[in-house]
Amino acid sequence: MTEKLTNAQIAWRAAQDIADGAYVNLGIGFPEMVAKFQPPGRQAVFHTENGVLNFGESPPEGEEDWDLINAGKKAITLKPGAAFFHHADSFAMVRGGHLDVAILGAYEVAENGDLANWSTGPKGVPAVGGAMDLVHGAKRVAVITDHVTKDGRPKLVKRCGLPLTGVGCVTRVYTSLAVVDIESQRFVLREKLPKLSLDVLQAVTGAELLVDGTIGDLIVPEV
Amino acid sequence: MDKTVSDLATAVAGIEDGMTLMIGGFGGSGAPIELVHALIDRFRATGSPEGLIVINNNAGNGRIGIAAMIDAGMVAKMVCSFPRSADPRAFTEKYRVGQIGLELVPQGTLAERIRAGGAGIPAFYTPTSFGTDLAEGKPVAEFDGRMYVQERWLKSDAALIKAELADTMGNLTYRKAARNFSPLMAAAARLTVVQASKIVRPGGIDPEQIVTPGIFVNRIVEVADAQQEEALMRAGVAYG
Repeated sequence: MTEKLTNAQIAWRAAQDIADGAYVNLGIGFPEMVAKFQPPGRQAVFHTENGVLNFGESPPEGEEDWDLINAGKKAITLKPGAAFFHHADSFAMVRGGHLDVAILGAYEVAENGDLANWSTGPKGVPAVGGAMDLVHGAKRVAVITDHVTKDGRPKLVKRCGLPLTGVGCVTRVYTSLAVVDIESQRFVLREKLPKLSLDVLQAVTGAELLVDGTIGDLIVPEV
Repeated sequence: MDKTVSDLATAVAGIEDGMTLMIGGFGGSGAPIELVHALIDRFRATGSPEGLIVINNNAGNGRIGIAAMIDAGMVAKMVCSFPRSADPRAFTEKYRVGQIGLELVPQGTLAERIRAGGAGIPAFYTPTSFGTDLAEGKPVAEFDGRMYVQERWLKSDAALIKAELADTMGNLTYRKAARNFSPLMAAAARLTVVQASKIVRPGGIDPEQIVTPGIFVNRIVEVADAQQEEALMRAGVAYG
């Protein structure tokens, strides 16, 4: 594999598309990193499923208040203008179309917009949390992910093989190699690493990448 | 009207074998750990209640609270969205050998099913889980060109809830993000039992600040300096 973006760089790229004042939910784990890379002058309002709007970073160790946590059960802080609410209100925000963006991780994304990100199969204890709710309702559902699995298989596929989180829900994918939109059930390539040829990119992608107009250069600073 | 009771054992009286029990909290935030431990105390002394169906977002963490209930053998089944935690041994060990059941429910669907239970709405449609394994066997329908899954209400025999302030009529406030499922559960349970950090006279809470109105609450017990489940977990505490 040629050079690729780090997770932090993928998160940086996704953060560039979040408008000032947008209401945003970041999935647990890797997507949480997006919050760190908001462009100067822009401030999104972050939502967490357990009932907080406009939360900030984790407090220093020793200053945690464990009644004040996010969906990943990490201690958080509040920004001015924060609000608390119960779970039914929280998921009304999610399903009711009130969030501007949800950014999630993925095991697989299919060209028809299907997402698999909650289960790797029948082994172990199944756990879903809010993943199946989050993929419905946000105006944009974006995925951030490495372009391929650890053993080199495509994560952008024709059809998902793993248990689905949602059907036809993803609108944009930010990967370690490219930015891909999902339109009319097809992958449309928007940006790729400048040195990466279209052929090489296509070879590590499990479904056809359409080109519609020019392909932008995916240029991300060291972060 | 005075809904206060003098001690934890009295507060959890009437929760019997085979009942469905909602327990507030999301992880340690809002977990009514003193009420849960009072129920474990009764089980240890009398062998009851057992065979409980417990509804909570999670399935316990470490060796305290719901995890300690599972360890003690009081829980027949969990209804939850995320039966994993930093230390999920209690649930995982019993689940692997078939000693505990699991109904896995997406988190927002869990909240709305409880809300519906409290609001007298037997079923509703949600986009969540459509086309996934968790929608298997459930009726689906199209509304305005989109597909939705029918989900049913959740009600319970009892709910255990942690509040910050209560007045003697059962009006409640919560601390920070600790309210999570509790206002929904208070309405969905036949017997709602609350532990509050402080109980005040009627009028002692500004009506504009009340989150759960007292009509949804049956019993209140004061637990000043209540323990925080996550803090206990991190200190490595095991109950009993």
